[in-house]
This record gives sequence, C-alpha cells and structure tokens, in this order.
Amino acid sequence: MEDIKLMKGNEVLAYAAVRCGADGYFGYPITPQSEVLETLTELRPWETTGMVVLQAESEVASINMVYGGASVGKRVLTSTSSPGLSLMCEGLSYLAGAELPCVVIDVSRGGPGLGTIQASQADYFQVVKGGGHGDYRMPVLAPNSVQEMNDFVDLAFELAFKYLNPAMILADGVIGQMMEKVRLSPQKPRRTEEEIRKECPWAAIGKGAHRKERNIVTSCYIDPETMERHNHKLQAKYERMEREEVRVEEMEVSDAEYILVAYGASSRICAKVVEDARAAGLKVGLIRPITLFPFPSEAIRRAAQHAKGFLSVELSMGQMIEDVRMAVGNAEIPVQHFGRTGGIIHSPREVYEALKQFMTETGGL
Amino acid sequence: MAETPIFEIAETDANRVYDRPRLLLDATMHYCPGCSHGTVHKLVAEAIDDLGAEDKAIGITPVGCAAFLYNYIDIDWIQASHGRAPSVATAVKRLCTNKLVFTYQGDGDLAAIGTAEAIHAANRGDNIAIIFINNAIYGMTGGQMAPTTLLGMKTATTPMGRTPELNGYPFKVADMLALLDGVTYVTRQSVNSPANVRRAKKAIKKAFENSINNKGFSFVEIVATCNSGWKLSPVAANRWMEENMHATYPLGDLKDTTSVGAAVEK
Repeated sequence: MEDIKLMKGNEVLAYAAVRCGADGYFGYPITPQSEVLETLTELRPWETTGMVVLQAESEVASINMVYGGASVGKRVLTSTSSPGLSLMCEGLSYLAGAELPCVVIDVSRGGPGLGTIQASQADYFQVVKGGGHGDYRMPVLAPNSVQEMNDFVDLAFELAFKYLNPAMILADGVIGQMMEKVRLSPQKPRRTEEEIRKECPWAAIGKGAHRKERNIVTSCYIDPETMERHNHKLQAKYERMEREEVRVEEMEVSDAEYILVAYGASSRICAKVVEDARAAGLKVGLIRPITLFPFPSEAIRRAAQHAKGFLSVELSMGQMIEDVRMAVGNAEIPVQHFGRTGGIIHSPREVYEALKQFMTETGGL
Repeated sequence: MAETPIFEIAETDANRVYDRPRLLLDATMHYCPGCSHGTVHKLVAEAIDDLGAEDKAIGITPVGCAAFLYNYIDIDWIQASHGRAPSVATAVKRLCTNKLVFTYQGDGDLAAIGTAEAIHAANRGDNIAIIFINNAIYGMTGGQMAPTTLLGMKTATTPMGRTPELNGYPFKVADMLALLDGVTYVTRQSVNSPANVRRAKKAIKKAFENSINNKGFSFVEIVATCNSGWKLSPVAANRWMEENMHATYPLGDLKDTTSVGAAVEK
C-alpha cells in the first residue's frame, strides 16, 4: 500500500530515518531544521522500532554520539544547520579518519557567523570540500524536493556503509521548510546484533561469544608510514566514489548553448527558467548535480563541447562555480555566477534576466 | 638466550601470589616509570575479568597519555576525540543497553576541553562509568597546567606557580558531579599504597557493575602521579601526592545511592 502524504521536507527526514531502520538519531535544535528532532520525538520510534532519539547538549556532543553509534556498527544520523555543522566538523574528520558510516544532514541557512535563519546554499565549500581537518571526502547528496528528502536518507546510509565513510545530505532551508507530496518508504526492520556483527566485523560492539580478537576503532596512526598508507587507502575510496557514485540530472542540455548549473532549491527555480527560455526560443539547458561530491564534472565537460557559456546559479556568493569552472576546463568558455544571498531566494525572473544579460555580454543573444 | 630463573620453583596455581591479569596484554607500556596509569590499567583489566565482562566490555579512550590504552587491555575499544568520550559512551550505551560501557579520561580531557560532555552525560544519568585520572597536569603535551593543578604548583604554563588571580582554583570535578541527580556513584581513590590500590579496584569494579546493571552514572576519580610532569622521582612523586594532592582532593566516597537499595530505575 502506498503511503502518500503532504509534508514538510524536515518532517519527511524524520519519517525516512525511522522507516529506513535507523538505530539512533542524536541532534541539537537549530533553525531551520528543528522539525526533524521534534517530529522524531512525536513519532516515538523507541516504542516501535526501538530506535533511540536523543536531544544532545550541543552539536559537538551530537556528532560524537553519532561517532559512538557508528563505532558499534549501528545506523545512526544527525541533522543540523550551518553554525551547527561548523561545530561538527572536528567529528566529521574523526568519522572519516576512523572509517565510520553515518548520515549527517545540513539544512543550510545564511551566513557567515550567526547569519540568518533563512535558506541559503553558502555551506558548499564546508560540506563538499571537507570542513574538518585532514585529507578526507564525503559523498554529498543534494535533494531538490521533499520526495528526495525521503529517498536520500536511505541512499545516504547505503553509501555510508558501502564506503565506511560519513555521508552528507546538503539541503537548504527551502527544501526543509516547504511542503510537497511525498511517497514515504515502507518500514525496514532494524538489524539485529547478529546481523551487525556479520555486516560490520570491525564494529567495537564487544567481543561477544565468538570473536577472539579485540576491535579498535581509531583514527590515530602515530607511525608516519602507517598514516600515509591509511591516507592512500582513504583516497582510493574517494576515487572509487568518483567513478561509481556520480548522480546528475540534465534538462534540455543536448543542444543547449547556455547551461545553468544549479542544485537543491536553486535547481527548482532554474528548471522554470529553462522552460521560459525555451518558450522564448532560447537554447538553454540545466545541469543539476545530485551528488556534489563526487561532482558531475563529466556531464559539464560534455556540455562544454557545444555550449557558449555556463551560469552557476547558487544561493550564495558563488562557491560551486569553482567546480563548474574546473569541469568546463576551457578558459574560452565564460562561466559566471548568479545568486541571491542572506536568505533571499532568487525568483525565476531574476535568474532569467541575469541569464539574458550574460548571453548578451558573451555574444549569445 | 634462556632466562635464568630466580627461584628454582615451578609456578603453579597453588603457589602463585601475583600475576599479570588475564586481560592485560603482554605489551610494553609507553608510560613513564612511576606513573599511576599502569596500575590503574591493571585494575581495569582485573575488574572486567572479575565481572566476567570481557565479551560485553566497550571502553572509550581519551586524548592524552591514556590514548593508547587500547594497546594494553584485551577488549573492544573506541578512540574518542579530545574530551568527547562521554558523548561517545552515551550513544554506545543507549544503543547497546546490555554492555559494560566506560570511558577512561585524564584531567585535561575531562575537566577542561570535555567538561560539558562529562557534565551532561552525568546529568542524563547515562548508565556509563567514567574512570577519571587526576594528576593535576597535562602529561602528554609536556607538563602544562590542568584545571586540577594545585595552587602554587609550577607547570610549563605556570612557571611561577598557579595563582587564583590568573588561573582560578583547582577544579573539583567529583564534588560537582555528585550534586547531579542522574549520578549514583562518585568516589575519589588513589593508587599510592597497596591498601589504596585494593580500594581503587573495588571502586572501579562497583562502577563497572553499575554500568552493566544500568544503575545510573558512576564516576571514579583516581588521584594520580605524573612524576615526569612534576619533575620528581617516582618515590618522591608518590610522597608529594600524599602530602599535597590528597589534601586538596581528599579520598573516599562522595556519593553512593546504589548500595542502599535506592537503585535508580532506568
């Protein structure tokens, strides 16, 4: 039986967490994603699936609780918003270094500093390029609908356990707060301790009756040779992600002369811009990265073979544009940024005007 | 090279009076001679074995001298980031309620950078045990002031001695935690003499039992030596601890609601 509801993105994250068989959620309230923890405490999954839900004293504690849960092989997650994610970055680095699977959701807001509680996409650098110290990467999923808020929780866990690495969902205040129709996933059972021992033989869940060797979860490698070997091992995982995990959505790209590149809420706005432009006879397309790491460089490079220009449309001062430029890889092809910040959401008309001006300046109109 | 036995007597279960605990691994410890960590590690290993908890023990190690504790005791370990071991333990215990979950932390880790995590784990009444090594100094980074450094004590960052005007007062963590309702057992011990080693072991065992039986939050402070950091010989450090540390941090139980039938039901 299909379970179709009209819901907020943040509420759906909570439902999706319970239904994908998560063992624990640890979080600290912060706008604009506090509904995740609120919805979870309303759902009371500890009475049904046995999932633990705990309000921590800070984001520092939350991420280290996630570290603890992941260390014993459990499916654990947290969610936060920009300033909270800054506090979690040390923990993310430890999780990546210790090769622990978990899901971390950033429903981002405007910054820097305390910034604003309104939606923004200014956390791209922090989330996609690491945020914490050391050589590490995380797969980053960028939902642009409430349905994807549902679908990406389970997908993020799948990636996290496939690669033994934290997986991020980078949403924004728009996707978190808006209501849309959503098809909720069916309830999956939580894994038993036996299943965890089988799937995660590395988990420090206690030696148990059968395991003789102790398990140690650590990111500490004092010997330089060992540390370097460990870094190469991590790097090999990230390279495999780049080969196997790129997800991208393309719209009207095949004959496009101008390409909009946008993710999350901004990509929804840009889809409307492409429709309007096409109706006016302009050859405009949209490339929407679904994974921000690994970045869909190949799709952009392909489009660059026939495009006259790229407009990176972000709710920030321009961060993803650096990856777009690198992917285009041709200084002759102009790559420009457009976007509102501070919690202001650009309208399709604003983007359309910016696109037309860009086309005029670069000889495309 | 064959070792020359000191006594020509075959070792048997009947004549053995002292042995390496079964769970203490046969590894050379990295601690300085005279450091209390080695003794406390031994007690931790013995307590786990006495409780038959080898299979369900999950220890969380700190950042500091005891970071490599996982090399010495044969159970599962999780290495936490600096000060965050109580948060890690909270999640582990809530997700695995039938396990023995404990952290082992020094005074820099627990009483400085990780104060918030320790207090909140205690206040939530999480069913974990914390072994807190208080040697009044940062050992691993080379002898800087800790929150627990005594007034007048010279360290690398208080070369003229700690003054309250500049650095405040020795932080009495155990006394503070004892005030919290979620906390069921708080004790302060030391391993300066055979009698105190026995008392410390009893305390550690009790704290571990509390975790296994989900009887709330237990805190065992061990007033410890750091003779390298204190720049004293092992014997002089032990004496200095008895004369100075035990005066500021008096030994004994500060709180115990688990022995009197007042077990916290969780």
